[in-house]
Amino acid sequence: MALKYTEKTIDHFTKPRNLGTISDANAEATEGSPACGDMVNYTLKINPETLIIEDIKFRSYGCASNIATASIATEMVLGKHIDEVKKMGTSEAANELGGLPPVKMHCSVLAINGIKAAIREFEKKIGRILDEKRIITEKALLNILRDVIHPKNGVNLVDNENIQRIRIDGQNIFIIITLEPDEEIYASNIHDEVMEHLESMKCTHEIMVKIESKTGNFI
Amino acid sequence: MDQNIIYLDNGDTTRIDDEVLDFMLKYYRYSYGNPVSLHNLGIEADEELLMAREMIAGTVNASPEEIIFTSGATESNNMAINGVAEYLKNKGNHIIISSIEHSSVKAVAHRLKNEGYKVDEVKVDPEGFLDIEELKSKFKVTTILVSVIYANYEIGTIQNIEEIGKICREKGVLFHTDAAQAFGKLKIDVKKENIDLMTFNAHKNHGPKGIGALYIRKGVKLKKLMEGGSHEFNLRPGTENLPAIMGFAKSAEKAYRDLEGINKRIIKLRDRLIEGLTKIDHITLNGPKGESLGMRLPHNVDITFHYIEGEAILMHLSLRGICVSSGSACSSKTLEPSHVLTAIGLKHEQAHGSIRFTLSKFNTEEEIDETIKNVTEVVGILRSMSSFIPEEHSELLNENAKTFYKNKTNEE
Repeated sequence: MALKYTEKTIDHFTKPRNLGTISDANAEATEGSPACGDMVNYTLKINPETLIIEDIKFRSYGCASNIATASIATEMVLGKHIDEVKKMGTSEAANELGGLPPVKMHCSVLAINGIKAAIREFEKKIGRILDEKRIITEKALLNILRDVIHPKNGVNLVDNENIQRIRIDGQNIFIIITLEPDEEIYASNIHDEVMEHLESMKCTHEIMVKIESKTGNFI
Repeated sequence: MDQNIIYLDNGDTTRIDDEVLDFMLKYYRYSYGNPVSLHNLGIEADEELLMAREMIAGTVNASPEEIIFTSGATESNNMAINGVAEYLKNKGNHIIISSIEHSSVKAVAHRLKNEGYKVDEVKVDPEGFLDIEELKSKFKVTTILVSVIYANYEIGTIQNIEEIGKICREKGVLFHTDAAQAFGKLKIDVKKENIDLMTFNAHKNHGPKGIGALYIRKGVKLKKLMEGGSHEFNLRPGTENLPAIMGFAKSAEKAYRDLEGINKRIIKLRDRLIEGLTKIDHITLNGPKGESLGMRLPHNVDITFHYIEGEAILMHLSLRGICVSSGSACSSKTLEPSHVLTAIGLKHEQAHGSIRFTLSKFNTEEEIDETIKNVTEVVGILRSMSSFIPEEHSELLNENAKTFYKNKTNEE
């Protein structure tokens, strides 16, 4: 598959900004996993008084757009108040690069959410937020599924209307995802991505994700 | 087009040979008749078509009437698997394939499975060789077809086709092989190797795209995929693509005229590339190596560069004018790593770091050396910024690579 990256994406890929690790960082997070083929690590220095991000560096294991989105995300958040960063949308890194191919939109999610995860850890540490006891509701699950991007068109599974059913039954979570015939080739990737995102909730629930095809083929 | 491109993706497709292209032009400009027409131009075209069929059949020791022209290897694979499955459905419904087939075999088998056929996948060893004992154990009375790729497109493993063919013949089961990568690189004898059906094409050997063939041994019957005419022995309707067929014949003839000479040169380049790249730390050569290097395609090198991701390597090399491919998930449309690499036991993160280099007769020693130099640099750069370097190898986050970035940034 030929990938058309914007000039700005190529620029950030070949000349990444804010690369490395801050040795005396007070916030850190690693998102993604080597098995999935993308993993980004951020170290930040957040001013505990002003809550401004005074320094940020990243390291990346991933493809060109993974590197480029992480690089531009560091530029976007540097000098900003953490509350402002927390409000950022997951596609903002991609937008800032002038767009990404749909199949690469998940990189932008990873880049933005990685920084947010570091901020969350920092806030817990300073007692700004309480250690969340996440209550598993349908709404919470939908929010998580909004971070799973369909490789075909770059739209998240919820807005793309792939989520057919969510059921929470005591300790069990059932999710049924339906795919159009031309989306069936992505079944395995979507299944793995959904599982990875749900597992990141670190809940004790038993998670079952079933992918169904509109042609009736069980995948 | 940039003349300085170093093209090392010949397992995907090749540059057409000038002589082949010149040869084809005549059939666009002058001998443009349809072989089924009754007039002079038609008769002339029909004679040329027969000549091409004879030339191609001759390269694999087949008879002209055993060669069916198709639009390429994908169609040939579809035709072989679907055609046999459909024709023999009253005899049985069991098909055996290997775990490292091209998607045009794997996907057809998968679809047949959904339609009620039984499909078994035979595993391969870490170098990609088929487990012959497992193959033997899979035969049932209902087995109608075995399909094993002649030589693998990704890791270059050449199977012992003669032995597999012999086993199938003894069991009385049809044997199909996808020789898209092997044709034009290896000496193939369909009779000696007990092959019943064989897929091959032109564009992997400096021939035109969009043309391929299916060898169907005399006496083997299958159902045709399409209706609409009695072309190609009533097996593949549609006006024959004569210019492409003539180019196919010419490129096949050229490949086999001096097979040993060309291979000797390409193997020398391949081994130079392997030697140069294995000087990089923390890499794995995927596919046959050491004692079994002789059972590797002459033009194939596939390497996992640990702790980094293949698409990033590929993009860096592309920006430096070097064309390669990768088995990583990020370079595939479906975001899945190569099933060939996982079948030989690679973990996902190892498959993600793989790069395939496939050579051709047009490559030079200088290009190989230039590639080694650039790959070494790119791997160093990507490792210096990787978030996946284990602590015991922290030296990979070395100062040189960091300086590289600093300089680049200062240039702005």
